[in-house]
Amino acid sequence: MTTELHATEADFGEAAAPAALLRLATAGSVDDGKSTLVGRLLHDTKQVFADQLDAVERVSRERGLDGADLALLTDGLRAEREQGITIDVAYRYFATPARRFILADTPGHVQYTRNMVTGASTAQLTVVLVDARHGVVEQTRRHAAVAALLRVPHVVLAVNKMDLVDYQEHVFAAIAEEFTAYARELGVPAVTAIPISALRGDNVVEPSAHTDWYGGPTLLEHLETVELDGDPADSPARMPVQYVLRPQREEFRDYRGYAGQVTSGVFRPGDEVVLLPAGRRTTIAGIDRLGEQDVELALAEDSVTIRLAEEIDLARGDLIAAVERAPRVTQEVTATVCHLADRPLRAGDRVLLRHGTATVKALVRSLDSVLDLQTLRREPGPEALHANDIGRVTLRTAAPLPLDDYTEHRRTGSFLLVDEADGTTLTAGMVSAEH
Amino acid sequence: MTTATRTGTPADTGTPARTGAPARTHLDALEAEAVHVFREAAAQFERPVLLFSGGKDSIVMLHLAAKAFWPAKVPFGLLHVDTGHNFPEVLAYRDRVVAATGVRLDVARVQDFIDDGRLRERPDGTRNPLQTVPLLDAIATHRFDALFGGGRRDEEKARAKERVFSLRDEFGQWDPRRQRPELWSLYNGRHSPGEHVRVFPLSNWTELDVWQYIEREGIELPEIYFAHQREVFSRHGMWLTAGEWGGPAEGERVETRRVRYRTVGDMSCTGAVDSDAATLTEIIAEIAASTLTERGATRADDKLSEAAMEDRKREGYF
Repeated sequence: MTTELHATEADFGEAAAPAALLRLATAGSVDDGKSTLVGRLLHDTKQVFADQLDAVERVSRERGLDGADLALLTDGLRAEREQGITIDVAYRYFATPARRFILADTPGHVQYTRNMVTGASTAQLTVVLVDARHGVVEQTRRHAAVAALLRVPHVVLAVNKMDLVDYQEHVFAAIAEEFTAYARELGVPAVTAIPISALRGDNVVEPSAHTDWYGGPTLLEHLETVELDGDPADSPARMPVQYVLRPQREEFRDYRGYAGQVTSGVFRPGDEVVLLPAGRRTTIAGIDRLGEQDVELALAEDSVTIRLAEEIDLARGDLIAAVERAPRVTQEVTATVCHLADRPLRAGDRVLLRHGTATVKALVRSLDSVLDLQTLRREPGPEALHANDIGRVTLRTAAPLPLDDYTEHRRTGSFLLVDEADGTTLTAGMVSAEH
Repeated sequence: MTTATRTGTPADTGTPARTGAPARTHLDALEAEAVHVFREAAAQFERPVLLFSGGKDSIVMLHLAAKAFWPAKVPFGLLHVDTGHNFPEVLAYRDRVVAATGVRLDVARVQDFIDDGRLRERPDGTRNPLQTVPLLDAIATHRFDALFGGGRRDEEKARAKERVFSLRDEFGQWDPRRQRPELWSLYNGRHSPGEHVRVFPLSNWTELDVWQYIEREGIELPEIYFAHQREVFSRHGMWLTAGEWGGPAEGERVETRRVRYRTVGDMSCTGAVDSDAATLTEIIAEIAASTLTERGATRADDKLSEAAMEDRKREGYF
């Protein structure tokens, strides 16, 4: 198990995403065998240690099972083991010589749509699991809809339990065709369908001897080789200011640096930038990176410190952006949201809005529609948004915010609504100008 | 024992990798993410503190904090919850690092609580579970509102569910069923008075990542992480070091073995592993080939029950 990859510049170009790390999320209905799949992935890539396997085998025996129940590797909480279900998002880690993976293991229940949204928010790839005996069901459509909504770049359809349908090609082909057509309609860019049996280990890590009609990769091969689009080289640069560094030390007496993580594009010393929401322009005097002074550039996902040519009143919550294609600055926010909290969201609610590093007061002006998770139609004029509801809302903010569309900028196009009184995270939002 | 890779303190922030054009590895991505988390917490909280034990995870944390705020000083202090059963080499290391970095260190001592009757020694002699009380007392006394911890989600399946910003109630309790959802890179640190937030910048790191990062950055570690001769005795399948904490008991035979530690904790429940790995490169090779988890190999307290970690976390333990 080695994970260190010595990629060179030539491997992925200047502004490409790091190919060494893939963040993925799983989605599947209850009893589709999702925990078993995750357990199988961990087990067959040799990420399960002897003491963990011992514990699983012991508990499996105590429950009177024949073999080790790999789902026990992941269902970690007491209530989960007692009920045999996954309650909350859990993060798993595994690595192969080709790549390192962070897997958000999300629960499949309808009432946990919010957890699916949570897992998908950082994922570059989603694995949607389907039971080969049942095919595409409502929950499958919901998973596809969430992946499309969150703009997850890659979707894998894993048709599981192929062993229970005698590994028949036509069963797999029919499900793959139906799902792909549906996903295309939702705007999902690419779907890869793979016939698997998580229980038996077919086509998860090892190729299956039972599916000679299938010429594609195993799930792991696909995860190792799928091309990550990452941040396009021409994406306009953005960095929310997290923290202002004023060391006041002898050798850094006049140092004033704006620390943050670049969310897209490239910054270079000498670049002209616009400071938002104020709109003032200046140039970058220098970029420091974690103790290294005067680096040549800062790329998306780099945590850096930017120094500006002029002494300017700039603080946490502001955004440093490329002058070309800068985000719009507005107090009107229209967005698709997923409501997360038990207490409902209503028109007239006063909340806090977290966008980038900014926190501003906001008013829920109107609830425009709610997505019917059964039909996936937008029903206009809901009274309230309840936990797990996905809807469209219009907000007015107390101060102007620099907003990108979520479809183009995941990080500067997303926000949270927070309860001002107790800090509860209420709602996750994705900005879009159009209705 | 290498010397080349064991120089430097967490305060040294020179980066050997990456000048000019990037060759980004997963360590770069994890480092950038951890720094983002440090800065978010420092900006959102009034009185954060970094839990520092002198173990490798907290050492990496201090190193990352120094980088995150360079050239300014780390804008928070350190807190060590001292069980009283420490490895002397680790305490010496701790004091050396604190002196070198000039960061403030507060120590909360389990022994003080035993002496004045607020805690009672357990029959098995282990003090690890006793840390919760002095920890929560220190949080209340210093009015800390955020505590940086080196916990990683790969350590244990209850920890796999842990948020990066994890809200604790006024009793320090973790309720896994009532966690705030955490989306994108938006970390919500709002809390009511009396509540605090545990912040885990290393959430997405694995044990191997930590070791690879230590090697890359040339971070100094306490000697006990490297193979050395030590007098140990066997208890519950682990090699424990004899000491004032109460080992060995009658019938337990002390022998000298070549060992090292994978984790640093309370001496009464932290086991050594047989090892010849005397350099970081050898340690990384050993970890990569190991069939045991870090905790499975060396922590007695996690073996108490199937949900031992979850239960202790619920009570306020890290």
